[in-house]
Amino acid sequence: MKLRILFFVLSLAVAAPAGAALNVLACEPEWGALTRELAGDRAKVYEASTALQDVHHIQARPSLIAAARRADLVVCTGAELEIGWLPLLTSESGNARIQPNAPGYFEAARYVNLIEIPKRLDRREGDVHPMGNPHIQTDPRNVAKVAKALAERLQKIDPANAAWYQQRYQAFDQRWQQAIARWQSEGAPLKGLKIVVHHEAFDYLFRWLGVDQVGTLEPLPGVEPTISHMSQLLEAQKTNPAKLVVRASFNDPRASQWFAARAGIPAVMLPFSVGGDKVSTDLFSWYDDMLSILLKAAGK
Amino acid sequence: MLVAAALACTVPVAARADTRDEIAQIRQQIEQMKKDYEARIDALEKRLAAAEAEGDKAQQEASQAQSAANSAAQQQRANAFNPAVSLVLQGHYANLSQDPNTYRIGGFIPSGQDVGPDKRGLSLAESELFFKANADPYFSGTLIASLAPDGGVDVENGYLETLALSHGWTLKAGRFFSKIGYLNEQHQHALDFIDAPLPYRAFLGGQLGDDGVQAKWIAPTDLLVELGGEAGRGRNFPASDRNKNGASLGTLFGHVGGDFGVENSWRAGISYLETSPDDRTYEDGVTNAFTGHSRLWIADAVWKWAPNGDPTRRNFKLQGEYFHRRESGTLTYDTTGIALPGDYGSNQSGWYAQAVYQFMPRWRVGARYDRLSPGSVTIGQVDSGALTAADFPILQSYAPTLQTAMIDYSPSEFSLLRLQFARDKSRPDAPDDQIFLQYILSLGAHPAHTW
Repeated sequence: MKLRILFFVLSLAVAAPAGAALNVLACEPEWGALTRELAGDRAKVYEASTALQDVHHIQARPSLIAAARRADLVVCTGAELEIGWLPLLTSESGNARIQPNAPGYFEAARYVNLIEIPKRLDRREGDVHPMGNPHIQTDPRNVAKVAKALAERLQKIDPANAAWYQQRYQAFDQRWQQAIARWQSEGAPLKGLKIVVHHEAFDYLFRWLGVDQVGTLEPLPGVEPTISHMSQLLEAQKTNPAKLVVRASFNDPRASQWFAARAGIPAVMLPFSVGGDKVSTDLFSWYDDMLSILLKAAGK
Repeated sequence: MLVAAALACTVPVAARADTRDEIAQIRQQIEQMKKDYEARIDALEKRLAAAEAEGDKAQQEASQAQSAANSAAQQQRANAFNPAVSLVLQGHYANLSQDPNTYRIGGFIPSGQDVGPDKRGLSLAESELFFKANADPYFSGTLIASLAPDGGVDVENGYLETLALSHGWTLKAGRFFSKIGYLNEQHQHALDFIDAPLPYRAFLGGQLGDDGVQAKWIAPTDLLVELGGEAGRGRNFPASDRNKNGASLGTLFGHVGGDFGVENSWRAGISYLETSPDDRTYEDGVTNAFTGHSRLWIADAVWKWAPNGDPTRRNFKLQGEYFHRRESGTLTYDTTGIALPGDYGSNQSGWYAQAVYQFMPRWRVGARYDRLSPGSVTIGQVDSGALTAADFPILQSYAPTLQTAMIDYSPSEFSLLRLQFARDKSRPDAPDDQIFLQYILSLGAHPAHTW
């Protein structure tokens, strides 16, 4: 009897099951946006994090376990970026489709060349990423590579709609390549611009644009900025002055504001992903936005 | 012959004038060709040098990439099939106004395990060694060994979990922490305070970890709906290890959870635990033993908040659990002496509520209030007049409380220092004022903590 009461109470909470579209759990908003570009209305995308959240520290909250349970595909960065929470989601989900060996498990970082692979692994050096810098979404050429692989994956797990994904991928890729060419010429004045960043969040972007990153406010990756470390950076400003201090949308603004005020340079926030500010509503507007913020702040 | 000689002499003479011009021309041509070739060779050499430099650079880059790839491959090779290993180290300083050896929870049958504070002064707490790996595409295996500070290894957890089941099903078998309540499944080092709340200590002996099987199902819904049950041998309190083929412990649990907007997450649940202890002994001056049925209900609720849903800088957590237990059966007084049996029945409850706030990166403060209600206890021997209530000193009606406050500092997600103050009124006679200073270090594989 008690059993029955228990199950009855819990069954009240059970809502109607999801529809026929492909259920996709995207760990980060950029991959959610990319999935929407490639799948359109054939996929129902649930994003586990926003561009205002530090994706290293997302918690495996109940709604994410429920989303993992329903997912036909999880699209994540990989490279151990989500190591604190994604393994829990897959193991708790009771969903064989999204286990790491299954076609429904997609790691974007597998399809690009990672930079900054540490030569030594020691946590004394901060929250190092053993496989390299995982913030790959900030180079549009990486996004193009991931789009190709993701389109292939979508075709594999949903063969009935293969032509649809292929067609949408080709259309996306064409627009994206044109956009890359445009961004490259728009961003040309940024080449050689010296900047300081809060976290090594945009290394791919700056490498692509030829922006010269001369320092990070964090003394070590993932360690909050300290006054003593930032004072050293201020000292270095005298010999090798940065023109800008850049933080990601999930970083606390206070450190970069502190530094900017003392160094007499502007502090800017770059959206870390789609949704990082009001203007960045999809992948294209996000890159447009990042470039215009940088160009404006650099006075170019 | 002469003609030939004459010819030989005359022809060169005749030719001399013509050939001079020709030779000069040839010389000129050769000179020209030389210049041309030199220029071309020069150009080619320059191109070659450039190409070589380019090649070197490319080669260098390639070799760098190669070495990076190699080192990555080597790293992967070394760990490829080995389990993820991590180690949790803990120690603390305790300042207790009461002797920890006299610790007991008044009004409740003791849970037979060390549920009070450990030792006074500086001491090492248990170290935990974690191993986890996938055995094959179907199962993962986990072993958690707890190394006691004064020697001895205890297998805290050792279980397999299915990987390949679908439709929301997961099965577990071995020794594991039960999924009843909210805190039960969490490891001691992951708690927000140095010790478990009073109801966990009184009703579950701190934490329910049994040898058994677990089946769990998650509904295909937007809301998390998790239902499950366990069957176990009943290794520890509130069960007692019995020499029988069947299971003597069973649980059912259900949890529901979701988000309110981007900033709020919640989970609530109810759980049920039933055991049939046989000769579950406890010390109370003499040795008594309980045989019968024990049924425990737990209701739990957790709410977490973080600005923009990003807990890195600030976050808040509120949680509470309510326990209600009924036990009925036979209580035998002084099993080693007169061994007098009598009917026993109890209807007892308890709860705790706690709040933890991270007010800036790395720093958190928290408070917890625990309270147990003795409810009603009927003892046959006392009702019949064979014995008096004074013969069961620990069962005399008393409502234990525990008030706790803590502040902790985490330099990184792998280390934590905590200062905790508590007023522990578990004993009926005198409150225990406690001060703890604790460290927790986590080494090795990156920890993934349940929500």
